[in-house]
Amino acid sequence: MTAAVPAVATADVARRFAVPAVTTADPGLVWLAVAAIGLGTFAIRLSFLLVLERVSVPPLAERALALVPAAVLSALVAPTLVVADGGPAVWGNDRLLAGAVATVVAWYTEDILATIVAGMGALLVLQALL
Amino acid sequence: MTAREDFAAGVRTVAPVLVGIVPFGLVAGAAAVGAGLSVAHAVGLSVLVFAGASQLATIELVDAGASLGVVLLTALVINARMVMYSASIAPHLADEPLRWRLPEAYLLTDQAYALSVVRFARDEAVSRRWFYLGCAVTLWVVWQVCTVLGAALGARVPPWLPLEFAVPLSFLAILVPAVEGRAGAAAAAVGAGVAVLGAGLPYNAGLLAGASAGILAGLLVEAWAA
Repeated sequence: MTAAVPAVATADVARRFAVPAVTTADPGLVWLAVAAIGLGTFAIRLSFLLVLERVSVPPLAERALALVPAAVLSALVAPTLVVADGGPAVWGNDRLLAGAVATVVAWYTEDILATIVAGMGALLVLQALL
Repeated sequence: MTAREDFAAGVRTVAPVLVGIVPFGLVAGAAAVGAGLSVAHAVGLSVLVFAGASQLATIELVDAGASLGVVLLTALVINARMVMYSASIAPHLADEPLRWRLPEAYLLTDQAYALSVVRFARDEAVSRRWFYLGCAVTLWVVWQVCTVLGAALGARVPPWLPLEFAVPLSFLAILVPAVEGRAGAAAAAVGAGVAVLGAGLPYNAGLLAGASAGILAGLLVEAWAA
């Protein structure tokens, strides 16, 4: 025969062991989350800056690290230009066209402000036209 | 060049990037307060975390009442790309004493990292410490001021001006002149393609997959050409 577990006791156990939800109703828990994210992010940033003085970098790793800016920046930028409404879009995509204009300007001027102005200007014009 | 001149060179280099950082910081402050967080929470996020995309994700998740584990995991996975920045900039800062590397690590961002390593690759003479800090400290000050303003006053950016487009455009502006040789072009092309295909994946996996695939593609092109 199995003993029925009183409903009150189950609810109590659920409360006691439930993963806490971070909500604005609990400012202390929000601070805990903010502090933990801050600490974790600092650890991520510090990682190789802490250990690299002690290990010599093998040539292959050195070549891989030299490719980081091109690989990461393009992976950051491309979805903001190509992905619209949840999927890749090429035709009728204002941002992709504006990004193409900005790429040409960046190539010829190597000037950050000129690239931003050209890209935003192109987007405004395209949005007004289409 | 003196320390002061190299710091000033960093400030001048990062200045145009601020066109994207100012509205982003205002939005980060305003979004926190809009989600019911206090101004102190908004400033705490900007000071302790200092990484815009993960701050906005945290605010959204707190607004939705997500569990502590999900909030932590999401924010840290968004920031995981900075492991690559840490590794890539470390050879330039390896001679720095630890008391300098700690604040330099705290100040590491997409923009300060990318602008610095691109400059270092072309300029042997510039002081690594002072050029980097010129970029990084400027970004930090502007980010904090804008978060406070956004939290206190709201983000009043003109709706017709696509200011959120300025951040990706500034990445594009740093990226395009920095792509050198076939290996660099392959890294950029494959990184972009894989990131687009993986854009819908949870936990920022598309970005990490794109960056890793891009690096691998660049190495393969180098090996094939050699």
